[in-house]
Order: sequence, then C-alpha cells, then structure tokens
Amino acid sequence: MQVTRRLLLGASGALALPGLVRAQGSAPIRIGEINSYTTQPAFTLPYRNAMQLAVEAVNAKGGVLGRPLELITRDDAGRPQDAVRLAGELVNDQKVDILAGAYLSNVGLALSEYAAQNKRIYVGGEPLTDSIVWERGNRYTFRLRPSTYMQAAILAEEAARLPAKRWVTVSPNYEFGQSGVKWFRQLLTARRPDVTFVGEQWPALGRVDAGATVQALEQMKPDGIFNVLFGTDLTNFVRQGNTRGLFENRAVVSLLTGEPEYLDPLGDEAPEGWIVTGYPGEAIDTPAHKAFASAYRGKFNAKPMCGSLVGYSLILSIAAGIARAESVNMEKMVEGFRGVGFDTPAGPVSYRAIDHQGTLGVYVGRTALKDGAGIMADWRYIDGKDLLPDDAFVRKLRPADA
Amino acid sequence: MDFIIPQLLTGLAGASSLFLVAVGLTIIFGVTRIVNFSHGSLMMLGAYIGWSILTRLPRDPEWFVLGIAATVLCTAAIGVVLEVVVLRRVYRAPELFQLLATFGVVLILQDVTLWIWGPVELPLPRPRWLRGFVTILDSRFPVYDLVLIAVGPAVLGILWLVMNRTRWGTLVRAATLDREMVAALGVDQRLLFTSVFALGAGLAGLGGALSLPNASANLQIDLSVITDAFVVVVVGGLGSLAGAFVASLLIGILQAFGIVLVPQSTLVLVFLVMAVVLVFRPNGLMGRPQAEAREATLAAPVVRPAPRVLRILGAVALLLAVAAPFLAGDYYLTVLTDGAVALLFATSLHFMMGPGGMASFGHAAWFGIGAYAAGLMSQWLGAPMPLALLAAPLAAGIVAALFGWFVARLSGVYLSMLTLAFAQIVWAVSFQWVEVTGGDNGLLGLWPPGWARDPAVYYWITLALSVGVAMLLRRMLYSPYGYALRAARDSAVRAQSIGLDVQRLRIVALVVAGAAAGLSGALFSYAKGGVFPTYISIPHSVEALLMVLLGGLQTVAGPIVGALVYTGLADILVRSTDLWRLVLGAVIVLLVVAFPEGVAGAARRLWLRGREA
Repeated sequence: MQVTRRLLLGASGALALPGLVRAQGSAPIRIGEINSYTTQPAFTLPYRNAMQLAVEAVNAKGGVLGRPLELITRDDAGRPQDAVRLAGELVNDQKVDILAGAYLSNVGLALSEYAAQNKRIYVGGEPLTDSIVWERGNRYTFRLRPSTYMQAAILAEEAARLPAKRWVTVSPNYEFGQSGVKWFRQLLTARRPDVTFVGEQWPALGRVDAGATVQALEQMKPDGIFNVLFGTDLTNFVRQGNTRGLFENRAVVSLLTGEPEYLDPLGDEAPEGWIVTGYPGEAIDTPAHKAFASAYRGKFNAKPMCGSLVGYSLILSIAAGIARAESVNMEKMVEGFRGVGFDTPAGPVSYRAIDHQGTLGVYVGRTALKDGAGIMADWRYIDGKDLLPDDAFVRKLRPADA
Repeated sequence: MDFIIPQLLTGLAGASSLFLVAVGLTIIFGVTRIVNFSHGSLMMLGAYIGWSILTRLPRDPEWFVLGIAATVLCTAAIGVVLEVVVLRRVYRAPELFQLLATFGVVLILQDVTLWIWGPVELPLPRPRWLRGFVTILDSRFPVYDLVLIAVGPAVLGILWLVMNRTRWGTLVRAATLDREMVAALGVDQRLLFTSVFALGAGLAGLGGALSLPNASANLQIDLSVITDAFVVVVVGGLGSLAGAFVASLLIGILQAFGIVLVPQSTLVLVFLVMAVVLVFRPNGLMGRPQAEAREATLAAPVVRPAPRVLRILGAVALLLAVAAPFLAGDYYLTVLTDGAVALLFATSLHFMMGPGGMASFGHAAWFGIGAYAAGLMSQWLGAPMPLALLAAPLAAGIVAALFGWFVARLSGVYLSMLTLAFAQIVWAVSFQWVEVTGGDNGLLGLWPPGWARDPAVYYWITLALSVGVAMLLRRMLYSPYGYALRAARDSAVRAQSIGLDVQRLRIVALVVAGAAAGLSGALFSYAKGGVFPTYISIPHSVEALLMVLLGGLQTVAGPIVGALVYTGLADILVRSTDLWRLVLGAVIVLLVVAFPEGVAGAARRLWLRGREA
C-alpha cells in the first residue's frame, strides 16, 4: 500500500515538476507565525502590526531572492500543545518555508522542539528563556530578543554601582522569575561580594497579593529591591508600594519595567528613578529608528511598542537570513542564518553562530515622569553582544550537536 | 513582632475583597443551584464599566460613590439580560449544563470585552484621597484599604437585613432551602430567579469596581477571580452568606501571614485550606447538607447496549479511522491523533461522571499526572516509550486511589470543587517546582522512538490504545460492577442497604477513570514532544466537561461524539478567526439551549421517537 502511494505521489510530482519550477520563481516565501494573540493581546497585537509593516517594506524593495514574503499568523491561545499542532498545520498544510513566533517561553520551547524534531527552521522573536538557545538549544532554532540573562546582566552591572548592600527580590514564581532572580544574584554578588540578599517574595504569576507582599518587603528593611513583576502584578505592586512608601529612599532595579507595554498602564503613578530595562520608543533619535517609528505611526496611528520593535526586526532578520542562504532549503537556511548580520531600527544585529542568539541590545535607563506618564530617561543602548557571557560558558551549557 | 498588626490589617482588606467576589456567587448558587462560571466575567465587566464611568466623573469621594453605584446597576442589568436570554432556558436541564452555558458566556464576554475596551490594562487614575495613608505602628497603611475593611462587613450587614427583614429575602431563603416547595406555594419563580441573579451580578460588579483603586481593569480578571470565588464559597458552605464571610477572613488572613513565613506558598495555600476544610466539614464551615433535589431521585434512564444500527455505524467509523492515514494529509493526521486522545480523556471522565455520578471539575489533573509520570520516567530513568506509557496510568491510578479516600465521601458540587482544588494544587506544583518539572517550560524532548515516529504509526498506536481502553470502560459498565456503581449513584442509601460498599465502588471508579485519563495524557505528550503545566489548567478540565456534556451523559457513545465534535470545532475555529472564543462560546450556548441532553442524547431521542411511536 505504502509503496503504491509513494509511487503515485512520485509520478504526480514528476508530472508537475515544470510547473513547480516556474512557481518557485515568483511564488511568495511563506512565513508561518504562531503567537498568543488572544491571551497576550497587549504585547502581541503591536508586534503583529509591525511584522506586517516589515513585510510590506521588504516586498516594496523587491522581496527576497526576487520573491515576495507572505505572513500567515496563528493564535496558540497561550498553550504550547496548540502551538505544536498549529506548527504542523503551517508546515504540512500551508507549506510555509519558515516558522516564527512565540511570546511565552514555553510556547517558544515547544516550537523549538518541533523544529529540531522535524528539521524545520524556527525563529523565536519574543521568548526570553535562556534555555531556548543554551540548555535546550538546537540546530534549527534562533532567538532574536535579549534573553533573561542579558537583561539581568545589565541590571546587575548597574546595581553594582549603587551603595545599596541589603537587597530583597520580588518575582513571579515561575521559570522566568526564578531565573531572573538567579542571574541577578549571581552576577551582582560576583561584582560586589559585600552585598547580601536578606529576603525574597514569590507571588504567583498574575495573582499578586500586593498589600501583603509590599508589607512583607517593608519588614525586611532593605536598601535595594530587585523586581521581576510585570503586567497587572506590577500595577498592583506599584500602587501599594507608592501608598505604603516602600520605594522611598530605596534603590529599585526592575526587569522589563521600561517597556511601554508595562510602563504606560501605570499612568501618573509610574515610579521615578527605578533602574529598568525597556524601550524608550519615539525618544530614540537615530535615523533608522525615526524612519521606523514614523512609518509605524503613519500606518497604525499609534506609537511603536517594544513588541513592535521585536516584530519588525524579526521579519528583517528572516529576510536577511534567507537572502544570505540564497535558498529556502532548510540546511542552507540554517547556514545562512548562522552569523547573519542585519540592520534593525535599534542598530545592527546578528545571529551568533555559537548559540543562535540574536544580538539585539537592551535599552537601560531610569524611569521618570513626564506629562503625567512614565518614560525612560538617561537611557542608553547596549549592544547585545556585550551582554553575553564568554564562549566557554555558552559551550558548557549548549548541547554539542546543536 | 510589630509586623503582626499591619499584616493583619492587610489580611483583613484582602478578606473584604474576597468576600465581595464570593458573596454574589453564593447567593446565586443558593437559590438557583447554578454554578455560575461567568461570575468572574461579571466582575471583570464591573471593573471595566467602573473604569469607564469613574474616569468621566469628577474625582471627589462623593462622585466615586455615585460612580460605583452606577456600575452596580449596570452589571445588575447585564445579569438580568444573561438570566433571561440564556439561563432561563436551561433551568430544566441537568445542573452541569447550566455550568456549561455559563462557560460559553465566559468565552463570549472575553472577546466582547477585548473588542470594546482593547487589549491594554486600564488602571483608574487615583486622586489624592485614594492615595492617602495612616501611620500605624510605624507602618504606612492605605486609607482605601481601611475603607475596604469596612465595606465587607457593611455589605454583609445590608444583605442580612434584606434577607431577614423583607418579604423578598424570606422568599430567597425559602428557595435556598427548598425551591420546589416555594414553587408549589405559588411564588413566581421566574421573577425570583431573575432578581436573585441581578443581585448577584450587581455584587460582582461592586467587587470589580471596588478593586479598581488597588488594581486595574484587565482581561485576566475573569478566570483568576473565579477560582478564588469558588474556594471561598465552598469553604464557607454553599449558599451561606455568613459562611462566605468567615471563609474570606480565614483565607485572607492566612494568605497575609503565609506570604511572610513561606513566600513560595502563595498559590497552594488557598487550595490546601479548602481541601482541609472539606475533609473535616464536607459541607463547608457553615453549610448545611444539600437538600436531596427531588429530580435526582428519579433514576437516570438505564444505559442499554447500543441498537444494531448504531453498532454498525460505530464499526464503519472505526474502519474509517483506521484507514485515515491513507486518506488524510499529515496535518489532519495530527488532528485525528488529538481526537483519539480526547476520546479517551472524555470517556474516562464520563465513566466517573455518568455512571459514577461524580462530576469532576479537575479531570485534567489525571491527564497531567499521567503526562508528567511518562515525562519524568523518560527524562530521569531513560525509560522507553512503552514503559512510560505503562507508568502513566499506574501513577495516575495510585494518586487517584489516595485522593479517592477524600473525595468519595463528598457529593454534588462539593465533590466537584474538591476535584478542582486538587487539580489546582497539581497545577501549582508543576508550574512552580521548576527543578523537577521544568516549570512552565515543561519537560521537553519526549518523542516516540524511531519505529513509532512516523505520524501514521503513532496515530495507529494512539487509536488502538484509546479505542481499546474506551471499549474496556464500556465493558465495565455492563459488568456487575457497573450496575452496582449505577445503583450507588441513583440511591446511595438503598445501595448500602442491599450490601453494596458505596465508598469502595466510587473509589474504584475514580481510580479507573484516573488511570485512563493518565494514559491519554501520556499519549498526548508523546504526540506533542513535551509535557507542560497547561495540560492541567482549568480550561483543559472544562474542555473535558464540555466534550462529555456536548455528547450527552446518558449514552456511552456520548463522550466519543462530544470529543470528536469539540476537537474538530476548536481546530476549525482557531485557524479561521481571531474571534474564535466568541464563536465557540456562542456555539456552546446554542447547543446547550437546543440540546439539553447533549448531541448524542438528542440523536438518541430522535431515533427513539421514530421507533417507539
């Protein structure tokens, strides 16, 4: 039965071959993208908008390899198992040439597993987990955005310059929060052996009991607070912290809080003087970023969010990788993506050959209030390649065959 | 020691918020016997509507109070619409169908809220008076939290007056105790139910609006609130106002001190409290034993072997399923594999829920335990797939046996809630214990070995195991054990009097169902290449309920039809529209209204009508 089926397929394939060759010439290169559009809309919708913008920009310049790009998006409903099923649909049914996407780390890891198992290239835009390129890294997976390690590394560097010695941490109790705290502690104590961590709080993700958490932190009388809470947890935490005076005369170092996705909802209660990683948005005045921001505003009548920068850069990175590979053959694409350089609104970026991590950098600065809204002030951009550990460290973590 | 007073006050404020969330739910349940899943959605609407109203009003305290009052009226009106349009049509249906309908409403409201208010969370800008604080023992304590501490008892007091000093309240209390008797005495049930639902919805709106100064209006409120509300209501005793208040105090204060003493305990603590309370007081702290609902003494129709035509139909379907790899493309093969897994998952739930009479709200726990057992076996011991597939039902069965001792003593909604609590504890462990379970990143790299890697081969393995186990479960139903189990469901007292060990029968049913669900979890993990905490999430448990109830409880084919219909429907919707939750929710509501006995049940009725006439 199987043999006849294969024969049949082979025969029909041979007959259709001339058509296929012709179609290859101008048929679009299809990007299959999977993300949590219904469960994480605040982050993913600006991201999807920017991807569409980038696809139009690439196609206006004649596409890649003379073929236009085509973007197909799917909603994973925040469930890795759904993402794996949809990856199958995109690959087998929609015949996409490349897989991309994921906001949640577990979705990203599930897709990278699918990619490795089925020898399909997958480019993760948003997921932050370190293991996607290190412990669970594989040949077919690339990741663009600066990882938890990179964000924690720059914050530890900033924190080491502060006089604060007694630190506490507050972090959502799951993998992202735990590894954020782990790296921050490790890197800060390496630079400053005199600091001590005197307490920690681990509220459940999305369910922080802010009053009790703030009260508990206050009891520890710390000099400095390291925060990994984000989203609605952050809003509740900041409000209780402001009222109860937790942040007064204390250093606060906070992961991701400078991203407009998380800073804007705080409104006029946005904290001042926190050291944060994030995205200054339209305040960035490099020509490349100005062009991107005005094109985005022109098309969607909104300011670009951090997700927009990631989505836009993701498409540009895919275009560059395919152009360098000069083919959509999987193995050639892997070689094409390894070490490929491309320009993003934030600056030149590349996918490192050693671990497939993108060198998109981190904006770090201090939060401030302007016209009743939180912004990032005194910010600077640090190239991602300067935030990553040395090669021996990476080789130890990453599987040898990846 | 000076941390005790501030922490205690913080706990009291938390308790008040919890009480506001739960009180509407317990009132609605007390009278209508509806487990209103959409209560959290009503609270979310309260927060959003409150935001829209309050941001348009002057920011003084008196306007704040007016705005809150307006919000309460709005959500009460929405409650009336919900009751009249959806719930009124399903009061006659079995209790769980009402749950299903309200879950459909949850899905619809998620998309509607997203469409009206957008994806970004909306915090209420706090005027100066809402940011104020008083200094207590060198700690700053928010004035608004003091207000909250007062609001809880105030709401309790007002409700007590309404319930005990008005005619309407007397009727509500009477209906809580015995609604058939109230109806027999000529009270207009429709009006009573609608007004009670409006009150409950208004209270949800109050809770949502009052949460604004400390939090924000966001799209996650609905599901995060509903579990808290269930816990409080169940710990306090269903339908008991004072019970809900005591339970809120207990949980709020334990939470506040738990955070200081064991920071990691946050998620598990609440559910542990609930489990402990239910073990010692099966009806909650202040609940009464549920009055035996009169309909229930009417034994459910005997499940008979399917008629010949149906058997032939089933055989044809099975043949088609076996031949599917030759007919369907690769992607449809994975959907079919998912369908086969869902079939076993739903059949296992049906086993304990239909014939066993134990409706589980946490069936995904067994699915997840099986999946993690297989994953950990393969990860830590390098066990090959067949061994891992064997370990899954064993592990799930053993845990089910231990858990069964607690659960078999309960009945009705208390039992459902304990299963929900158990599933949440399992979920929390898998989500937070990163060293062992990998946390939300899951256990990865769980793929079938070379000989089974071809999607067609793996599909056949899944199909064979799923259908095989489903047939075994069916066989058990027609064995003496199955008849005894059904006797225990229909009348525990009579079953006991003829010498059946009801407790043991039910524990065995739980073990069998748990083991079968565990196997389905392991099969699913190998198909997806990993195990994730999302396998144990509440929506996954609800999916199982949906499949069983869509198919219908009273036929063996029901869960099978339900699983296939649901898998197909969800797959088509997710791929074709961003508004899939809206459409899925609407379809669920329509199906419940149109086929209160499920799809397979409706087909059976139509079939019998043709024969028996």
